[in-house]
Amino acid sequence: MVSPPELKYTKEHEWVRVEGDSGTIGITDYAQDQLGDIVFVELPAVGAEISAAQKLGEIESVKAVSELFAPVSGEVTEANDGLADSPESVNDDPYGDGWLIKVRLSDPAELDKLLSADEYEAFIEAEGD
Amino acid sequence: MSPETETLLHTPLHGEHVALGARLVPFAGWEMPVQYAGIVEEHNAVRGAAGMFDVSHMGRFEVHGPDAGRFLRHVSTWDVTTLAPGGGHYAAACREDGGILDDVYVFRLEDERWLIVVNASNAPKMRDWMARHVAQFDARLVDRHHSTAMIAVQGPDALARLDAVIGADFVRSLKPRRCGETDWEGHTLFASRTGYTGEDGLELVIEDQGGPALWRALLEAGVTPCGLGARDTLRLEAALLLYGNDIDEETNPFEVGLDWVVTFDDGAEFLGRGALVRAKERDVTRRLVCLRALDRGIMRHGHAIRNDGADVGVVTSGGFSPTLGLSIGLGFVPPALGEVGCRLEVDVRGKALPVEVVPRPLYKRPKKN
Repeated sequence: MVSPPELKYTKEHEWVRVEGDSGTIGITDYAQDQLGDIVFVELPAVGAEISAAQKLGEIESVKAVSELFAPVSGEVTEANDGLADSPESVNDDPYGDGWLIKVRLSDPAELDKLLSADEYEAFIEAEGD
Repeated sequence: MSPETETLLHTPLHGEHVALGARLVPFAGWEMPVQYAGIVEEHNAVRGAAGMFDVSHMGRFEVHGPDAGRFLRHVSTWDVTTLAPGGGHYAAACREDGGILDDVYVFRLEDERWLIVVNASNAPKMRDWMARHVAQFDARLVDRHHSTAMIAVQGPDALARLDAVIGADFVRSLKPRRCGETDWEGHTLFASRTGYTGEDGLELVIEDQGGPALWRALLEAGVTPCGLGARDTLRLEAALLLYGNDIDEETNPFEVGLDWVVTFDDGAEFLGRGALVRAKERDVTRRLVCLRALDRGIMRHGHAIRNDGADVGVVTSGGFSPTLGLSIGLGFVPPALGEVGCRLEVDVRGKALPVEVVPRPLYKRPKKN
């Protein structure tokens, strides 16, 4: 799957989609493929403050648990409640129904430090070698 | 070999896994497939139809000679000398102090020819252990680990698919836990009605050159290739023990429900007998039980088990059960807290996950009508 060009990416395999001062956060197709069948996602509560590069939650596949890191800082405005019953959405549609949380960006300048789609794809290609 | 220079071993089926696009991982010194299409899909194929696993990494030793049976009794906790040719039984191999060196399967192929299958992680240790003890018997150890491939075919449709590939007469002659040998495409093929998934099926051992053709024939017959990931979720649902997780050299058989594989009646002075007789007379201080999560969250190996805020035990195997759709596990608890229905908590990285002790196994295949 091609990484959507309108998103920004981290080296920890999260993505953020920016609309105005709102950022939607998820994990990449590469990440869901590496994790395998996802069975549980633990997300911060609405109203919580998250900080860029800090742990924001956990994602568990059948195989193992992994930490989720925040690509940007801000206040959580929405969490994807659908993942409680359908965590497999993260596998099936990582850039759509499998989104994790939405935040109100507190420092939009942080976006400049993130990777473009091309940079992210070059990064995972290098990591796979 | 030092870890730095150690290269991963390949089974005779390695090329098949690469061709199928499997994800390969190091396991006990071998490069093994952890998944092909995905763990849940493979798990469900075994519960619902038929799946196959490359288990060539497991150690296989034949024992030949007039004393082969007596020797295998010496290294096993169960009296394997009661087996007739074509019989097989699960057992533990114990140290003199009763600690479990490995859990093994012993088969009698002929009067003076036997097969013992050991865990991959314990194969070098068991080879050394058996080589040391075989010296006092009129028996000979023949290492078949690298000259054969082993494939487990498991699931409610496993026997039907095997009928088509290796012949119904042979397949249907094998009753549960029994074994036999036949010829397949010019290669000697061993089969036993055993497995590690909680489903019916056979485990096959074939000369290494015949392995890839047998694998491909099973694939063409509609058997789903499955990796170590599904093997683990399946065995956990069936509450089958995993050496290194649930049992090790510090475990005795009576703590983990293996009483049925320890026999003393024949009087044989098998390795560990004295210690096991004493262990059986004592009350166990901990018991391995099946746990089921009562909330979302996944218990894993090593998580603490708590009761009223106090640590009382540890999860030895844990994970997600695709069949039940929630987390399950095996863990040690004090006997008083091991009764079915007992409510406990598992410490999942600082969060309390409520769990319940449930009957063992967690999954039992539906009885055929």
